[in-house]
Amino acid sequence: MTATYVVGVDGSDASHRALAFAKRQASLVGDGCALLLVCVVEWSPYKFQTHEENARRNKQKQEEIKIATERVIEPLLKELAAEGLTAEGKVVHGKAATALNNAAVEANAEQIFVARSADHGLSARVFGSVTAQLVMSANVPVTVVS
Amino acid sequence: MFKNYIQAALFALLTLGSSALFASEGLDQTVNAIFASSTGWFVSLIFAPIPGTSFPWIVLWLVVGASVFTLYFGFVQFRSIGHSISLVKGDYSNPNDAGEVSHFQALTTALSGTVGLGNIAGVAVAIGIGGPGAIFWMILAGLLGMASKFTECTLAVKYRNEYKDGSVSGGPMYYITKGFAERGIPGGKILAALFAVFCILGALGGGNMFQANQAHAQLSGVFGDYPGWVTGLIFAGIVFAVIVGGIKSIANVTEKVVPFMAVLYVGTAIVILALNADKIGWAFGQIFEGAFTGLGVAGGMVGALIQGFKRAAFSNEAGVGSAAIAHSAVQTKEPITEGFVSLLEPFIDTVVICTMTALVIIITNQLMFDAQQGVYLVGDNGHIQTIGDASGVALTSAAFGSAVGWFPYLLVIAVVLFAFSTMLSWSYYGLKAWTYLFGEGKNTELAFKLLFCVFVVIGAAANLGPVIDFSDAAIFAMAVVNIIGLYFLMPIVKRELISYNARLKSGEIKKTK
Repeated sequence: MTATYVVGVDGSDASHRALAFAKRQASLVGDGCALLLVCVVEWSPYKFQTHEENARRNKQKQEEIKIATERVIEPLLKELAAEGLTAEGKVVHGKAATALNNAAVEANAEQIFVARSADHGLSARVFGSVTAQLVMSANVPVTVVS
Repeated sequence: MFKNYIQAALFALLTLGSSALFASEGLDQTVNAIFASSTGWFVSLIFAPIPGTSFPWIVLWLVVGASVFTLYFGFVQFRSIGHSISLVKGDYSNPNDAGEVSHFQALTTALSGTVGLGNIAGVAVAIGIGGPGAIFWMILAGLLGMASKFTECTLAVKYRNEYKDGSVSGGPMYYITKGFAERGIPGGKILAALFAVFCILGALGGGNMFQANQAHAQLSGVFGDYPGWVTGLIFAGIVFAVIVGGIKSIANVTEKVVPFMAVLYVGTAIVILALNADKIGWAFGQIFEGAFTGLGVAGGMVGALIQGFKRAAFSNEAGVGSAAIAHSAVQTKEPITEGFVSLLEPFIDTVVICTMTALVIIITNQLMFDAQQGVYLVGDNGHIQTIGDASGVALTSAAFGSAVGWFPYLLVIAVVLFAFSTMLSWSYYGLKAWTYLFGEGKNTELAFKLLFCVFVVIGAAANLGPVIDFSDAAIFAMAVVNIIGLYFLMPIVKRELISYNARLKSGEIKKTK
């Protein structure tokens, strides 16, 4: 049986810590554990846009995926491959908490690993941080790395 | 060859207009005279009354078109409104399409081009001339216009151009060309080119000069009389920064502030109506009674009807084909879904926002009413007499101001922002028509964008009545071409509708959340 751990990555030091912890957990499980790195590009279908932005949105989306893949996912996958770990990566658009949970459900993952969110300010107080939202809404266990 | 002729003709026309930028008053008059003599026939043709009546045939054309689409699609606007709202909410959106243009975004972007002066000034003009009864016909035109939007926006998505780099272009130019070719109907290319020419002229006139002119009128009302070219240069500078300089932040701020202003405008209207809730029944009574009797306005019932239909067409642009360009950017595998979403546009614009404005004007007793005779007092100019002799934006401002003292100041900001937002929308529509005629390319696009900026200054600075009349006529001429196209292509939309409804009923198409 293969266990999948979803790890939220965004290229930040905090997300590297989350990945490091997930790697330790995965190595404890052994060969049967795979990591799924998920990089979320924040996107809301309810954001107001200009005509030009709409006309170029598809192109923009492809560019965002390319940049996130090249800068965040691929370097990490190389590292993990060098360490002998099985890993895949994907870039998705949406709200971070929802997108990570969806990716976990889709992959039938055992757990989600994320770093503690750096959200501050009024919106985080009113609506809760991304991490808090994920912890409250996720369908699978969530590990939050400080 | 054909392209060169059109380009030469357009440049001649546009250069003639732009020469007025540096014009003295004398040259203004010369330009006016040239325009009046060379284009007056066109304006007269578009706005000509039906023989024996005072009813402009173009208004009838739009209403007949909307009625035909309403009947042909089995009152789709009333049967599908619930499904339209579900689509906007994203209930049927494919999660894999996250990051693409949603139905909500296509709708709000299109609304940024239609919600504006028509909702503030247009309604006041309709009431001022046609009385409260005009609002009944305006609402009716709005409800019928929902079917026109449904038809044109479905076709716009179905026949849009999707380029290799992922960008899209759509609108009447594309669906007339491709749809006619698909059905084996000749003349599609000529009709599409004609639409594009009218769209460019409409973009530079009604979508640009008229907006700049009205914005300057508002600003000079607050800051005192000052030269229009000052407003023109400032506006042109900002428009230049957005459409040529690509400074997204200004466009983004506008696109965020305009919906906020619209919500604030409607919210204030709701508060005023709530405070005068006991008068709402009476106000609707005036609207219904006026619709069929005129309540003393010039032209009676027909006068009210003409004003209502005409202003609705100005406001929601249903059948004109402009919004189809905006809606074509949506991400969907089912073109008909954007048709469902787009029919909400005339509903929000005309049925909701225009009605709100009208109710506030009526309830705050801005119109002088002879209670004994049961009629409105009409002045020598044929307009209903109002408190302070206000008309247009000033009438709306006075109505809101009588209930909320600070609102007129907010309304000035709203009018200026709405005007700016409409200009940005029309710069896009005009550009799409321009690139359809002359091809995609940086230099081609830059030529149009620079012309557009020049016309901002002209619109604010000059009093070129005939030029503006011509550009208004060009916007309505877009509707002539577009609706001809829609008549030929509506069977395609019908097929899409039947197929989609069958799959929806069978459960093949289901909610994703």
